[in-house]
Amino acid sequence: MNLTLKIWRQKDTKSKGKFVTYKMPDVSPEMSFLEMLDALNHKLIGSGDDPVAFEHDCREGICGSCGMYINGHPHGPVPAVTTCLLSMRHFSDGDTITVEPWRAKPFPVIKDLIVDRSAMDQIQIAGGFISVNTGAAPEANSILVPKKNSEEAFDSAVCIGCGACVAACKNASAMLFVSARISQYALLPQGKVEARERVRAMVAKMDELGFGNCSNTGACEAECPKQIRLVNIARLNREYYKAY
Amino acid sequence: MAVQIEKTMNMEKLDAKIPDGPLALKWTNYKASVKLVNPANKRKIDVIVVGTGVAGAAASSALGELGYNVKTFSYHDSPRRAHAVASQGGVNAAKNYQNDGDSVYRLFIDMIKGGDYRSREANVYRAAEVSNQVIDHFTALGVPFARDYGGTLNTRSFGGVQVSRTFYAKGQTGQQCLLASYASLNRQIKNGTVVMYPRREMLDLVVIDGRARGIIARNMITGEIERHSAHAVVLATGGYGTIFYLSTLAVNSNATAAWKAYKKGAYFANPSFVQIHPTSIPQMNEFQAKLTLMSESLRNDGRIWVPKEKGDKRPPNEIPENERDYYLERRYPAFGNLVPRDIASRAAKERCDAGYGVGPTGLAVYLDFRDSIGKQGKKAIEGKYGNLFEMYRTITGTDPYTEPMKIYPAGHYTMGGLWVDYELMTTIPGLYAIGEANFSDHGANRLGASSLMQIAADGYFILPVTINNYLSDQIRVARIPTDAPEFDEAERSVKERLERLVSIRGKQSATTFHKRLGLIMWNHCGMSRNEKGLLKALSLVKDLREEFWKDLRVPGSLYDLNQELEKASRIADFLELADLLILDALNRKESCGAHFREEYQTAEGEALRNDAEYTFVSAWEYAGEGKPHILHREELKFMEVEMKVRSYK
Repeated sequence: MNLTLKIWRQKDTKSKGKFVTYKMPDVSPEMSFLEMLDALNHKLIGSGDDPVAFEHDCREGICGSCGMYINGHPHGPVPAVTTCLLSMRHFSDGDTITVEPWRAKPFPVIKDLIVDRSAMDQIQIAGGFISVNTGAAPEANSILVPKKNSEEAFDSAVCIGCGACVAACKNASAMLFVSARISQYALLPQGKVEARERVRAMVAKMDELGFGNCSNTGACEAECPKQIRLVNIARLNREYYKAY
Repeated sequence: MAVQIEKTMNMEKLDAKIPDGPLALKWTNYKASVKLVNPANKRKIDVIVVGTGVAGAAASSALGELGYNVKTFSYHDSPRRAHAVASQGGVNAAKNYQNDGDSVYRLFIDMIKGGDYRSREANVYRAAEVSNQVIDHFTALGVPFARDYGGTLNTRSFGGVQVSRTFYAKGQTGQQCLLASYASLNRQIKNGTVVMYPRREMLDLVVIDGRARGIIARNMITGEIERHSAHAVVLATGGYGTIFYLSTLAVNSNATAAWKAYKKGAYFANPSFVQIHPTSIPQMNEFQAKLTLMSESLRNDGRIWVPKEKGDKRPPNEIPENERDYYLERRYPAFGNLVPRDIASRAAKERCDAGYGVGPTGLAVYLDFRDSIGKQGKKAIEGKYGNLFEMYRTITGTDPYTEPMKIYPAGHYTMGGLWVDYELMTTIPGLYAIGEANFSDHGANRLGASSLMQIAADGYFILPVTINNYLSDQIRVARIPTDAPEFDEAERSVKERLERLVSIRGKQSATTFHKRLGLIMWNHCGMSRNEKGLLKALSLVKDLREEFWKDLRVPGSLYDLNQELEKASRIADFLELADLLILDALNRKESCGAHFREEYQTAEGEALRNDAEYTFVSAWEYAGEGKPHILHREELKFMEVEMKVRSYK
């Protein structure tokens, strides 16, 4: 199929960016969205142009590196997939596709489609852990966890830290991201000991870094490639109230 | 072309430092006698860790907890992106929670046997011994492992073994273990014991007076070349499986750090031992480099087959039972679909090469869940593999609950890596290699779910003990200054090489060269090798390398975010490493584990090991530009295990 791509190009954080239009003929429906961009870059390099910079690594939807706005949706129009797993069979011949970086104050653009998401690491550093030193762990089966809790904790723990929730939110809130980690630990006995300190520290850091407030719109849940649910935010709020 | 391999015996330098005493007591004895560093002195000592997969993040956090000053480097934007995240199946441990007769000794035996008697007994035994601590630690860190209704941990069985010892978190065990290691790393960053340097790529090792003292790294945003020094350097930089271009690995994974260490004097062990994974989703278009892995745990419940008739183009569900060839069950009745990876991979390739392959390219076999769904119900299968089935459907557009998956082998894991002794130190004093970056525990083939086990064992429980033995001698060494002439020289050569890459201004992109190199390696140095093909590959790689340095095109500049430059620099190293893989495969005139030399097979087409002549680790030494690589041997002594011909029949 033949496609028209409107891609955000920006030299670096300080420069002003703009959309540049590219014609992309002969796109195979078997390609992933990133393979289509690889093909575009192959063409650009061949004609002496600067290829489009975008972040990517595992290409199987688990590392969280990739992510871009595609036709107004983080990771594109198909629910529950990352950009790397978005198949071109979901597009049609003649389509114009608009591609932009995440837009959020805490995520400055570094180049083209690459943004700085280190603010998410900062929140994890503030308290997203269980304080146990190497060698200090008890025998694994001495900690009993109901199967249901363990599975629920897993469902929260599958967050890949891609930032789609922040990018989708009109307030650039990181509540879904933070609540996934808080929930994972809140559901497990191992995480309960320092639950208070954790939720206080992570929420304070989130606010400090300029992420917005949650207004329960649910865009984050709708766009999350890993289907992290809003119920996590409710749990985060409960944990937060308990902590004061 | 004539291949010259110089053989020397340098036993002094290749001392594996295996502790005395009975096998089961070696690690205990070692820990009791290892030198220690007191807490006040630890604060004066710097350690660099390169890489933030499970091994790197674990080592960083464990060293930070001990009180060392740790500087940790990653080429990702965040440590959480490292490729350990994609490990699916699980973590092996000898807990024997199933009461099925498992023990540390049995896990050890399975690993030795799985590695086809080409690994070091003492190291393997230690990995098996430490495996139980790994499970305890991950559980304490909040990894949501699968559990039974009573709240205890659940396990499943995995390729190549007869007990159920694999702990798992659905098909995302690696993600959960990596995120737990990332969390423990974050805790140390908060405590100030670890300083994290993201978006930095190590481009050289700095060796001063024979000791590893630092690295040269490129800031991938600004392009600035930086110097970082330390009393010791730990490489946790993963394997080199992306040399095949088509692989199950993350596309940025590369061999550069290990290769630079090699060129600075660290020996490289068993480079030709590369595991081809039997179950990945076949390639669908020419721009695809990444082949998604479908965990081999699927082989517990999936049955592998091809049509009995050559070129049968009917949809799989229309092929009746008696016209299906369950070739693994037929050939290997004892293990059936659970034979080790190399056997499953070669069998798939053999069937496809013989014309029985399925799908549009004929390069695929079926993995069918019909019978398991019939027996256990769709819900049970969904509980075990839900996310993998979902991923398969997302990528291919077909539903594995109703139609068999199509799978094919792909490059996956490298058992070879930097040579290390029992303490995980390379032949450069003060340089350590952990995780997939070293060669130590998997011999000629790795068993499923022993990778997460080994990388966590290395990072959390082994290196943080053994490194004290070296650092205890370093307490009087002041902080290493970065203005030493060795730093000047390393920085100069890094800059010169990068400048050379951008100034060729040829016509072909780095990726074009990578594809071509991958094809050479896959065809001639992949899952099946012969002398003629390997010699041909050597000359093809040489030509390709020359063409690369004449016709490469890297747009943009050095001092900018330049992803094409990053790729070109990594591929330049792969083009050198390729020689070593081929030489090693040529030199090893036997078939063992994942290394299958066509000249050495039984009448039934099974691998034929040559224990009399090849029971050794090949450790290669760099002799300088244009000089032949030098082979050293570490003889392997099997005191505990009787060497047997592997049989999965």
